[in-house]
Amino acid sequence: MSALAAYATSTGEAFQFWVLGTVAVVGALCTILMRKAVHSALCLAGTMIVLAVFYLANGAYFLGIVQIVVYTGAIMMLFLFVVMLVGVTAADSLKETIKGQRWWAAACGLGFGVLLFAGIGNAALTEFAGLGAANAAHGGNVEGLAALIFTKYVFAFEITGALLITASVGAMLLTHRERTERARTQRELAEQRVRDGKHLPPLPAPGVYARHNAVDVPGLLPDGTPSELTVISTLRKRGQVRDVSGEALADLKALEQRSSERLGRDRDEEEANR
Amino acid sequence: MDNLIALLIAAPLLGAAVLLCGGRRLDKTGHWLGTLLAAVSFVIGLALFADMLGRSADDRAMHQHLFTWIPVEGFQADVAFQLDQLSMTFVLLISGVGTLIHVYSIGYMEHDERRRRFFGYLNLFVAAMLLLVLADNYLLLYFGWEGVGLASYLLIGFWQHKPSAATAAKKAFLVNRVGDIGLSIAIMLMFTTFGTFAFGPVLASAGETSEGKLTAIGLMLLLAACGKSAQVPLQSWLGDAMEGPTPVSALIHAATMVTAGVYLIVRSADIFNAAPDAQLVVTIVGAVTLLFGAIVGCAKDDIKKALAGSTMSQIGYMILAAGLGPIGYVFAIMHLVTHGFFKAGLFLGAGSVMHGMNDEVDMRKYGGLRKYMPVTFVTFGLGYLAIIGFPGLSGFFSKDKIIEAAFAKGGTEGWILGAVTLLGAAITAYYMTRVMLMTFFGEKRWQDDADGNPPHPHESPKSMVIPMVLLAVGSVAGGAVFELSGFVEWLEPVTGYAHGHPPISAAAVTAATVAVMVIGVGLAYLQYGRRPVPVVAPRGSLLTRAARRDLLQDDFNHAVFVTGGTHLTRSLVYVDHSLVDGVVNGTAAGVGGLSGRLRKLQNGYVRSYAVSMFGGTAVLIAATLLMRAV
Amino acid sequence: MNPVNYLYLAALLFTIGAVGVLIRRNAIVVFMCVELMLNACNLAFVTFSRMHGNLDGQIIAFFTMVVAAAEVVVGLAIIVSVFRSRHSASVDDASLMKL
Repeated sequence: MSALAAYATSTGEAFQFWVLGTVAVVGALCTILMRKAVHSALCLAGTMIVLAVFYLANGAYFLGIVQIVVYTGAIMMLFLFVVMLVGVTAADSLKETIKGQRWWAAACGLGFGVLLFAGIGNAALTEFAGLGAANAAHGGNVEGLAALIFTKYVFAFEITGALLITASVGAMLLTHRERTERARTQRELAEQRVRDGKHLPPLPAPGVYARHNAVDVPGLLPDGTPSELTVISTLRKRGQVRDVSGEALADLKALEQRSSERLGRDRDEEEANR
Repeated sequence: MDNLIALLIAAPLLGAAVLLCGGRRLDKTGHWLGTLLAAVSFVIGLALFADMLGRSADDRAMHQHLFTWIPVEGFQADVAFQLDQLSMTFVLLISGVGTLIHVYSIGYMEHDERRRRFFGYLNLFVAAMLLLVLADNYLLLYFGWEGVGLASYLLIGFWQHKPSAATAAKKAFLVNRVGDIGLSIAIMLMFTTFGTFAFGPVLASAGETSEGKLTAIGLMLLLAACGKSAQVPLQSWLGDAMEGPTPVSALIHAATMVTAGVYLIVRSADIFNAAPDAQLVVTIVGAVTLLFGAIVGCAKDDIKKALAGSTMSQIGYMILAAGLGPIGYVFAIMHLVTHGFFKAGLFLGAGSVMHGMNDEVDMRKYGGLRKYMPVTFVTFGLGYLAIIGFPGLSGFFSKDKIIEAAFAKGGTEGWILGAVTLLGAAITAYYMTRVMLMTFFGEKRWQDDADGNPPHPHESPKSMVIPMVLLAVGSVAGGAVFELSGFVEWLEPVTGYAHGHPPISAAAVTAATVAVMVIGVGLAYLQYGRRPVPVVAPRGSLLTRAARRDLLQDDFNHAVFVTGGTHLTRSLVYVDHSLVDGVVNGTAAGVGGLSGRLRKLQNGYVRSYAVSMFGGTAVLIAATLLMRAV
Repeated sequence: MNPVNYLYLAALLFTIGAVGVLIRRNAIVVFMCVELMLNACNLAFVTFSRMHGNLDGQIIAFFTMVVAAAEVVVGLAIIVSVFRSRHSASVDDASLMKL
């Protein structure tokens, strides 16, 4: 293992780098180019796993495991959870709205990348000490990190703990909603409905046909137009009401035709039988 | 005795305070109180005069330090008084003539319901004028200077219900301010030059200072004197000041206040002695005013305005004499005192005539009054003889000396100045004879007043007649008394004296003076004595018409200062609108336009801001790499 | 292979993440791109740790992870509350700072 972290990299590591490095870059590009946030998150998770492997390859065994457990396992799942909460909105297109933003971003990114590469290339980075001695000093990578964290970096460590506590409390505060008024009882709601004079009976149910009575399918009015009222407000706000009027009418037509055909055929058969 | 000096001022000041604050309960007695306090001042002055005569000539100056006015490090101003021979002369003139005119006013203002206030103002004037001549430093003098200006303003506009009087008061006040700026600048220059205001140190060190600075100070003092003494170019207010009650014209605008400029120049003799250029300007101003006033006096039909022109002209004599240096200072003061007597007497006489003629001032509507107002005729006549320089009367002595000193100036200047003074004497004789003939001789040209009442000329009450008689006595005897009692030796320790030697003998000068006087009188007699005086003024020559308009002084002021000022203001407004506002608005518009463009960067999109941050980071990295490479 | 290639990879990932921040409008995706940038930095730290033969670089990467975890918690909470009030997770919709 110590040889792995030493200056001379093995051919195996080189092979691993080029293959997994390509995967990491593709994953990163997909992260920023995927239309849906879920896909982006998954791509990012892939890139992070590749990075975990690179940490291991670089002799940072503890970090490699932490990367998988904490980052990929916890943080990315938190992302997915929030994506689920927020929902995939219609505004999530990749069409640019700010004039010139893409060009500026491309120019800055290109310039920045070129400069970084130039900086790295210019730096005298030929001496690689390897982590063998450092890891061996305390009997292993984890022990070495522990020794540093609890001695040299103990204050930073404690303060980071305080930061985590603060962050969790802050997250609770931000997402918590205090109810400022008493919830209205069913009786009060009923009285309110009568007083308003609209929709005395319950709102119409979504869907009118058995095969289309999903919650996102609006019911049709007698003239065939869909009624927004039949879909719950959350879906309406998210724009996730399925516009089915044309589709439904086509389906209806097909159904009628099929049934008439079948009925007609049946009749023909009956006549033939007769 | 020194401590009595403050009382000189305190008495009339107390009178002013009591009369002006006392209210209506003093209406009955106020004028007596005012007169009494002026007389108290005169008596104290006499006592101090007696005390002064008892001392040796070099030890006559008295000082009284009252309190430190402005006690600032490096800027000390005291309320302190200095009573020397020059001040003494003025004190006696001011309080003496002032008291007589108070008495006269009792009768003259009898029917005026605001008489108490009038006496309060008169007392205020006497106090301020005494403060002016008694101050021992220029700053306190300035205080008195402004005080008499205020009193003059209040008294000219005393009949403020007349728009002409209110306007005249405003005019006098404004024109005087121009002169006062000169005095304040002179005082500031003195402070920067000498570090003090007191007469003693300033005048003592005048000889050691650069001539340029002294010339500047002298010219500023002259400007002040021009304003207060109605000299060209600040002469325009005096004629209009005749809108005030006649006693005011007599006291303030003939005998005392208008001579403050002469006092200022004589008091600052050491400064002018060391600045010949300033002296030359002083003589020029005096000579020009002398002729200016005399010409105006010839053309005026308003008796008071004719006398005002005469006052201007006579003060021109004094200023001219003061500009001649040590050969003239004494005679300037001497003429000032004699003029104080006879001009006050003439004005009181004019007031008496107006009193008897329903306040008519146009001499063309007088005529033949000598039979109806004999005392006025005699006193006015004596004053007339005095002013034209009739041998033996007071004006003869003082004016003759000035003419002699003008010739003694030497060189071409001496001849020119002498000729001007002689010409002035001839014109004086002419216009005074004209006044005399039009008023007291000839046929009656009386006209009914606005209400249709024919005038009933009558002699004035005793309170008016007595002062006129006393002043007439002064006009007659003053010159001879001064000549015999040694006025020159009396003033010499203060002003210095050098005997002038005219290129022609003194006797010849005197003969010439008398000759031109006779010519002037003769011309006037031919024009106004032999022929009837038309009631409506004839059109007259171009000069006459110009002189009737005060030689176009107001037109000049209007054209140059009012119109010029208006145009200047308009052009400044134009510059302000186009240039200043243009720059300001242009800057604002430029900043606004630039901001409008810069604002587009602030589009509120966090991603745009992120781009700029990202770009900035790239630039920073580039800079870092570049610096490392270098 | 020279291990310096890891640094080039880190630089590339960082740049991709930065460009992603600039061009995506969904706040969650933007956030993911930030995470990508942080991970790129971590890779660089770990590589430097190997390069210099001491563990301080890994410690820093470790702290970065912890802080990133805290940041994600708070950031996502903010996104959720913004979505609640505005019914949108687009960063462009929250453009009230302009004049």
